[in-house]
Amino acid sequence: MAIDDIREKKKAWQAGVEKSLAKNPESQDAFFTISDLPVERLYTPADTADLDYLRDIGFPGEYPFTRGVQPTMYRGRLWTMRQYAGFAAAEESNRRYKYLLEQGQTGLSVAFDLPTQIGYDSDHEFSLGEVGKVGVAIDSLADMEVLFDGIPLDKVSTSMTINATAAVLLAMYMVVGEKQGVSGDRLTGTIQNDILKEYAARGTYIFPPQPSMRIITDIFAFCTEHVPRWNTISISGYHIREAGSTAVQEVAFTLANGIAYVEAAVKAGLKVDDFGPRLSFFFNSHLDFLEEIAKFRAARRLWARIMKERFGAKNPRSLMLRFHTQTAGCTLTAQQPANNIVRVAFQALAAVLGGTQSLHTNSMDEAFSLPTEEAVAIALKTQQLVGYETGVADTVDPLAGSYYLENLTSRIEAGAEEYIQRIEGLGGAVAAVEKGFIQREIQDSAYRYQRAVEDGQRVVVGVNKFQTEDVQPGNLLRVDPSVGERQVEKLKKLRAERDNAAVDKALAALERAARGTDNLLPPIIEAVRCYTTLGEIISVLRGVFGEHEASVGA
Amino acid sequence: METKKKIRVLAAKPGLDGHDRGIKVISRALRDAGMEVIYTGLRQTPSQIVSTAIQEDVDVIALSVLSGAHNYLFPKIMDLLREKGAGDVLVIGGGIIPKEDVPGLKAAGIAEIFGPGTYTRDIIAYIEQHAG
Repeated sequence: MAIDDIREKKKAWQAGVEKSLAKNPESQDAFFTISDLPVERLYTPADTADLDYLRDIGFPGEYPFTRGVQPTMYRGRLWTMRQYAGFAAAEESNRRYKYLLEQGQTGLSVAFDLPTQIGYDSDHEFSLGEVGKVGVAIDSLADMEVLFDGIPLDKVSTSMTINATAAVLLAMYMVVGEKQGVSGDRLTGTIQNDILKEYAARGTYIFPPQPSMRIITDIFAFCTEHVPRWNTISISGYHIREAGSTAVQEVAFTLANGIAYVEAAVKAGLKVDDFGPRLSFFFNSHLDFLEEIAKFRAARRLWARIMKERFGAKNPRSLMLRFHTQTAGCTLTAQQPANNIVRVAFQALAAVLGGTQSLHTNSMDEAFSLPTEEAVAIALKTQQLVGYETGVADTVDPLAGSYYLENLTSRIEAGAEEYIQRIEGLGGAVAAVEKGFIQREIQDSAYRYQRAVEDGQRVVVGVNKFQTEDVQPGNLLRVDPSVGERQVEKLKKLRAERDNAAVDKALAALERAARGTDNLLPPIIEAVRCYTTLGEIISVLRGVFGEHEASVGA
Repeated sequence: METKKKIRVLAAKPGLDGHDRGIKVISRALRDAGMEVIYTGLRQTPSQIVSTAIQEDVDVIALSVLSGAHNYLFPKIMDLLREKGAGDVLVIGGGIIPKEDVPGLKAAGIAEIFGPGTYTRDIIAYIEQHAG
């Protein structure tokens, strides 16, 4: 049999190599991916003998979607170039969005500051020092109107990285659209809205898990009816990976969270094929080039199987894992920052070879600060170079069939499946995070990686090898503390000028809905419309739902 | 034979920043090096950090901020420490801190800033030298 012949011949070849190792040693005794998966010297058809092309690899746009979610992929349309951006106040961020659109980006991605993400107005004591620092400060609809001034919401799709307060920002976006004459059914975009990874890896949770899941399923139900072209969630592995997880854990914990969301929605009475097509995902693109490509393919195949076999989804669109990718922030170095341009280029290429639907590329100066215009232009150009000059976008899933890549895809899928089973054994993703299992696994991987770097086993160019004297890039982006002061003034003016009776009425209605089971979106939209602030809305919800007490576990 | 007293460290996340990979890795490395480490968890106000530091009678406070709020939070913590008579605690910091901010933070009383790429063994050596 042909495969047996190959195995035999490979054994003989290996024996020959072993003999020559004394004279020509390999640089390591054993090789591993950055996620600790063994990497053999050579892969042959024997390593993919268990795969059935039609069953396991198949065709793009068809189950199990290993090769991609659309039949023509980038030949039809390149991935959306969507740079995460936002800082200071709405005016500054609006300018940056217009700059990025002029430079050729094809979708918007909004970064909000921490007070906005955690439900505090800019004048709250916890907001001191934080306003506008990691993203734009949005206190009310008034800020949102400035943020999208001159940006037509029927022509641009917008992704908003917002989780615990996603319902409020979505409501604001809808009202801005309404004022532009764009009805909900024409809005396109995404809200991240993935609270489970906040507990495990990102930290911008507000309420405990149960009420948080209620808000999320309310959003699914509301959007299915009123904002049907909106991605209601971006189930994220990016942050899990940034926190230190391996590629296998990234897939496993993300898909386990996905399972929890689908279960919650089904339990809330929603039909899987109604909300399924609007679930989306968000992955990291990290250093190990080939492992990342395999990871994306493994995630697609595994999710398709889960939705089909476990949840009985019938609509092919419910089976498609559509995803956004961001290049790995944690791999950016402060030392020799120009190297980051190259790292990001490799990571962008991996994401494209992995079939991403949209992509953010980091800037070279982000180990120091948010990016300057010059730095972000290079990051965007990187995507344009990949898309227009390398040729990789001209055929679908070009690395399919590689013995190593298919073998690695299967190994990552198997590893993720094993983890998902363990998580099921613990009672599911919510229980696993409450028990600290997810956090411990991530921390252990993070520590192992740090040890490997400090021991020199894992090279980081410019940091533990090939070091030079530190030179920080000049001209870093600075967010002035006066941004916070300006927001406080704006709030004073807003509260003086709005219809406070309407605000009080809206907040009372919101509280009633929160205490009951009515969908929270309509009362939130009403509150937003009369310029109730984000902090005021969230404060009511805090009063009803309580706050999550994180276990410390370190 | 006299046993050396363990160095006590409070590892803290002031403000709203949720990035805790670094502080957790450092905490573990410091423990492996024989120090006693208390990690506060996220969302600590300056006043909570100072209270805990005094309560736990620590020798060192290690602050981590990646959100850009360090210029407000770090000096605030130093002011409160001095106010409460704990100004002799060794305070170090890390996170995403532009080099040009370091002199200002040191002037406020932060002993040293350990940025991205720092080896944990260098933090350990620094603490042992200055608080041992």
